[in-house]
Amino acid sequence: MDYYLSVATFAALNVILAIGLNLISGFCGQVSLGHAAFYGLGAYAAALASVAGVPFPLAILGGVLVAGVFGIVVGFAALRVREDFLAIVTMGVGFLFLGAVRKQPWLGAEMGIAKIPSPLDKWGYAALAIGAAVALVLLSLHVRRSWMGRAFGAVAQDEDAARTIGIDVAGYKIAAFFIGTAAAGLAGGIYAHMTQLIIPDTFNFIQSITILAMVVIGGIGSTYGVVAGAILLTLMPELFRFINDYKLLVYGALLLLVMRFSPGGLAGMIQRAFGVRLA
Amino acid sequence: MMLLAGERLSIAFGGVHAVEDVSLAVAEGELVGLIGPNGAGKTTLLRLLTGILAPDSGRVLFEGRDITRMPIHRRAQLGFALTHQIVRPFRDMTLAENVMMAAAGGVTARPWRALAKVDARGARERAMALLARLGIDDAADKLARNVPLGYLKRMQAARALALEPRLLLLDEPLAGLNAAEATRFADLIVELNAGGITILLVEHNLGEVTRIARRLLVLHNGSLLAEGEPRAVMARQDVRDAYLGEEAHA
Repeated sequence: MDYYLSVATFAALNVILAIGLNLISGFCGQVSLGHAAFYGLGAYAAALASVAGVPFPLAILGGVLVAGVFGIVVGFAALRVREDFLAIVTMGVGFLFLGAVRKQPWLGAEMGIAKIPSPLDKWGYAALAIGAAVALVLLSLHVRRSWMGRAFGAVAQDEDAARTIGIDVAGYKIAAFFIGTAAAGLAGGIYAHMTQLIIPDTFNFIQSITILAMVVIGGIGSTYGVVAGAILLTLMPELFRFINDYKLLVYGALLLLVMRFSPGGLAGMIQRAFGVRLA
Repeated sequence: MMLLAGERLSIAFGGVHAVEDVSLAVAEGELVGLIGPNGAGKTTLLRLLTGILAPDSGRVLFEGRDITRMPIHRRAQLGFALTHQIVRPFRDMTLAENVMMAAAGGVTARPWRALAKVDARGARERAMALLARLGIDDAADKLARNVPLGYLKRMQAARALALEPRLLLLDEPLAGLNAAEATRFADLIVELNAGGITILLVEHNLGEVTRIARRLLVLHNGSLLAEGEPRAVMARQDVRDAYLGEEAHA
């Protein structure tokens, strides 16, 4: 039972991460190859707060805010560079985060942070993670239906044209980065308390690519597709142990196949097969 | 007061003076044509006025207010609309959705306000009315990527109008249209102007522009060469030379 519970919790955390990235990349069209850094920022900020004696809910909130604020900073970078250059900048952010954490004694350097207080039991974390994932899915569906979602679409498709019809492109990009990275910070905070031990490697480039693979394989831009992609990619390494050893290879191959044969991912396949468009 | 004024605008690219010391003014309610041979600096001047480029020196005024450094989306919110020479639709949206994005104006101005609002019926109604006015409501629910250029040109005009602009800058709106379409579109421009919108028109189609504009500005080698009533301007020898020079080099 414990095993299934922890798989469900990880699936929920991955849904949170993937939905956040989808907001940035799928809705607003801003590539990010460094999403794991914000997962890590949330985890480290919440862990440090908890170790210092801050109550659990406030520690989690701290993680969300720290990740979101750094997300805003990266959002400002997205005002200067576009597309492939932005991909490289965000990738650099990921490496910068890892490099910085690895060298800081107060962040535990390579050893990470251990003995993080854990106020909940396994059921509690599962409920928290799943509850948060459901809330984010609902938020994502709402964003898509709202004028914010429509404006994101305009920014993603042609930001110069968006400007000429009065859309504050900069404001929308920063909003997308804030919401998406704050979500990653939330996942990080929950993760840190659940495992009680965090090390830098958990938030490396492979993790960023894994989150991106969930989004792309599920169907970039589609909330339901991304949820399916996140769950699928959480279960796959559990079902086929060998995948864990070749994660980057398998995900890379999957990414390539999806982009070549079904750029809309799973959501796109369903749309073609049944003619329904997933939100 | 002038609705739009450029004061002594200059910009150089790598030592080449694309626009040099150009001053112009457009009064409320005017329909002004900006013409000039290829490479005269028309598009650059338009970009200086719209804020896509920042001038090396000089100022841009809107109702006497200095907007030289104001971001493009803020100018649009002031009632300063433009259409691109090459159509720039949101290709994965329908024509109606394209126009709705502009018709929602106040709602999309701030991200957090936009998040709180879902209802699109008002914007849709306004968008449909504009599409009907431009005669393309039959294609309202087609994706922009699937409709021909003539439709996109008109959609782009509808999108600009949805901003309820006071000033409309049109960059070669007739380019790519056949003679009948161009005449119809030119008539529409006159009609919009009669409806109270001030228009500055950059155009290569000299026949149509001299027919509809009440005042012409001629740009040559980055400077203002002539200005005045269309037929009088076109009769000037230096204007003819500027165009003929281009023909001779072509």
